[in-house]
Parts: sequence; C-alpha cells; structure tokens
Amino acid sequence: MLRLSLGAKFTLGTIVAIALAFMYIPLFLVVINSFSAARISSWPITSFSTIWWEKAFVSEPIRAALLNSVIVGLGATAIALILGTLVAFALQRYTFFGKQSVNLLVVLPIALPGIVTGVALNNTYNRVLEPIGIDVGYFGMIIAHGTFCIVMVFNNVLARLRRINPSIEEASRDLGATPLQTFRLVTFPQFRSAFVAGAILAFALSFDEVVVTIFTAPPGVDTLPLWIMNQMARPNEASLVNVVATVVILASFIPVWVSQRLARGADERE
Amino acid sequence: MNRRAQLSALLALPMLWLIGIYIFSLIMLLVTAFWVTDPFTSKVKPGFTLRNFEQIIANPAYASTSLRTLGIALAVTVLSILISVPLGIFMAKVASPKLRAILAVAITLPLWAGYLVKILAMRITFTEEGFFNSMLGPLGISGPGFSLVTVVLTLTYLWLPYMAVPVYTAIRQLPPNLFDASSDLGAGAGFTIRTVVLPLIKPAIIAGSIFTFSLSLGDYIAAKFVGGSTQMIGSIIASNINLNPPIAAAFSLVPIAFVVIYLVVVQRTGALERM
Repeated sequence: MLRLSLGAKFTLGTIVAIALAFMYIPLFLVVINSFSAARISSWPITSFSTIWWEKAFVSEPIRAALLNSVIVGLGATAIALILGTLVAFALQRYTFFGKQSVNLLVVLPIALPGIVTGVALNNTYNRVLEPIGIDVGYFGMIIAHGTFCIVMVFNNVLARLRRINPSIEEASRDLGATPLQTFRLVTFPQFRSAFVAGAILAFALSFDEVVVTIFTAPPGVDTLPLWIMNQMARPNEASLVNVVATVVILASFIPVWVSQRLARGADERE
Repeated sequence: MNRRAQLSALLALPMLWLIGIYIFSLIMLLVTAFWVTDPFTSKVKPGFTLRNFEQIIANPAYASTSLRTLGIALAVTVLSILISVPLGIFMAKVASPKLRAILAVAITLPLWAGYLVKILAMRITFTEEGFFNSMLGPLGISGPGFSLVTVVLTLTYLWLPYMAVPVYTAIRQLPPNLFDASSDLGAGAGFTIRTVVLPLIKPAIIAGSIFTFSLSLGDYIAAKFVGGSTQMIGSIIASNINLNPPIAAAFSLVPIAFVVIYLVVVQRTGALERM
C-alpha cells in the first residue's frame, strides 16, 4: 500500500475537491439559471420563475433543432454501425497487407481537429460537387457525422470480437448451420452488447458535435448544438438557452446509466 | 467464397466511404490551398500558386495565432496532467471502494454533459457579473473574465476526462506490492510517486495528452465565447472559409502539422507501442 502521511492525504483530498467543484459548479449554475426570471444570466439570482421552461416547451425552433439532431444522429449511427462492424470483422478475422493503414483510416476523422474535417468536407461539397450539379444538402451533415462516428462502433465491436472464442463458431458450422445461421444465432448474440454500446456512443458523439456541423449543415438548418450556439451569440434571451442546456445535462445521465448497466451485464457473464 | 473475396466484400464499402469521401476531401483541401481567389469577385479558381502560403508566413498575425494556439494546447495538456495524477492517486489509493465508485462516475459524467453546455456553463461562471466575481469579489479577487486564461480553463474542463480516465485506470492497474517494496526500501510517498508511479503511468499520460492536445488545437468555439479577443487557429480558418477558401485551406494545414509533429515526438518516446 502507498503510505501517505495525513498531510499528503489531505492535500490530495483538497485537489480532488477543487477538481470536482471546478467540474460541477458551472453545470449547477446553468441548472439554477434556467429557473431565473431574468433575461440574462447573472449572480446572485434575484427572482425565480419557470417562465423560460414554459417558453422552451412551446418553442418551434427548439423542436425543429431537436428533430434535426435526432435524424442526423440516427442516420450517422446507422452508417457507423454498418461500416464500423464491417471494418472490425475485416481487421479481426483476416491478416492482410495495409492492415495498419486501414486502422489509421478509421481513426483519422476523429484524430484530426474537427475544423479540418469540417472545412475539408465543406470544400468538397461547395467546390467539387456543387459545380458538377450535385447538391448534397441535408445529407452532407449525415455523411460528415457518419464518417467520424465509425470509430466508436469499430472500437467497441473489435474489442469484443477479440474476446470471442472462435471454437463456438466452428462447432456451429460442424453441427450443420449455414454461415448466415451461425452469424445470426452464434456470432451476433456474442457481440450484441458491444454493438449497442457502440451505437450509443456514436449517437451521443453526433448529437454533441458542433464544429463539423457548422461547416456541413445546409443554410437555415439548425441542430440542437447549432441552436444553442446561435442563441449564445445573441445573448438577449440567454435564459432560454439555460433551459435547453439543463435538459441536455439531465439527458446525459441516460448514456452513463446504460453504459453502467452494460458494463455490469458483461461482468456478470464473465 | 475464398478468404480473399470475403475480405474484399467486408472492406469494399468502408474503404469506398473513407477513401472516396474523407481522404478525397483532405486531398482536395490540400489542392485548394494552391488555388487562387479572384480579388474582385472572390470566386475561387483552380490554378497553382504559392501565394496563400507566402501570405500566411508573411503575416505576423498568422504566426502569433499559431504559436498562441500551440501554447494553449500545451497548457491545457499540462493542466490536465496536474489535475489527473493526484485525482487518480486519491481514487486508487486513498478513497474507500464506495467513494471510489462514486468518483469514477463523477469524473466521467461531465464527459456526456455536452460540449456547448460546458462552454455556456463557463460563460455563466466567469462573466463580469457572474458567479466567480460575485463570490470572490468581497475578498478582493477579480476573475479572469473572458480572456486567454478562461479559454485554457474551459478547454481543460472540456477535455479533462480524456486524461483523467486513462490515468486513473493505469494507477489502478499498478501492482500493490510495488508500493510495498518502495516503502520497505525506505522511500517516502512523494519519492515513490516520482520514481515508481509516474514512469509506469507515462503511456497513459501520453495517450491522454494526444486527445487533450489535438482537441484543444482545433477548437475555436471556446475562444469565441469565453476568450474575449483571443484568436486561435480555428478562428482564422472559420472566418476565411467563405471569404477566402484557399487561405482557409492553406491555414488548416498548420494544425495538421502540429498534430503530426506531436505524434512523431510522442512515438520517439516509445509510449505508443505500449499503449
């Protein structure tokens, strides 16, 4: 055991307390400010009200932005699930020349700064595709999100495939199952939870993405982060944005809870 | 179906997507960096000129912004390490199992809270009439307001979990008898941390630093909302994308170069192979 003096423990504890305060006080302020009656966030709050919650609830732009975020997120997740799983199988089950390059290719869209990905796709849409008469429009956003979400599914599925015992599939084949039956009844159930975890991560990543979206969203289309950003730039109704941000903070408990459940499920099986 | 055909079937679609869309776009971005903008119509025309690069090198604002962004990214990385190591040691070696489980959730939870939500949160905290000034004002302390300091704090807030989680995992995995051996040989806690813990968790720190560094380098939304007049590489790219796309394209090679140089330096230390 690491023998720390009482003073050292106290110092460490203080650092942890400051770090946690640094993480949670700002989020708490957002939540509290969503109940402020004032137009602009300030401290201390003088009067409380639920007026901004009522306004947010009936706001048409917020609803439209949320719907766009969900559509783009689902589209990107579908792309990432298909492409990410295919690559994970290729890299885990086969050895071939250029394997490392394929791996790098999947990671690259997230390893490079978001602005590079955004500007590069924006450039292709506007200066290559548009002159030849192809307007990607709404799909431009989904394509962009799908591209950087592949790695989430890939990582999860690959990690699980590495732990699957190949002799179970061989047994299925020996017992007369067709490759499709083996996949459906033996292989897929074994990586299903990794598949779901990858999908959640991909959706969450897409839902939260701002920079790439700025450069690939068609004019006049807002996702929820774009709506928040535009609202922050026009601070005269700042309190409305606090309501949306509070809902996002509350919604963030869902993936944490699900991933905890999935992790616990995996532990119990082992 | 033989194995080669199976492999091709698996890879065809993903490769078509990643090379056909993504790599193609990166190459086109590089190509655009050599194109010309008509100064009167601001239409982009294919051509070949090094003028965009000359302009970037000649303009001192571009150079100082690049260096400032590099400095910010390094400061965020150092700050994240300085917070993550004590946090990891406390969680792994001091906290009770129950407190440890709570802290493990507590440090990952903000990762999900939303990028813009966190920037908004920092904006509310550090604004002139905000929480920080109002709480510490009576003590005569005035907050950093919207400035370079707040940009560094905000980016640290955003990317800290990418450092804290791998560092904590690495400290947890250290065999306890190493600590026993170190203390039996007479080393104090500080000495043990410096000579035993830090060298062993170096790969985790480096892995985390790739994220904190690269993500900070490309960011410009934090600078826009909590930075006051602070400009970053991303701010310049974003403001040029419609006015002068070739300049934006040429300048976006700067963060790519920084990331590549960083990866090469890190690889030299051998930490990537042990990740």
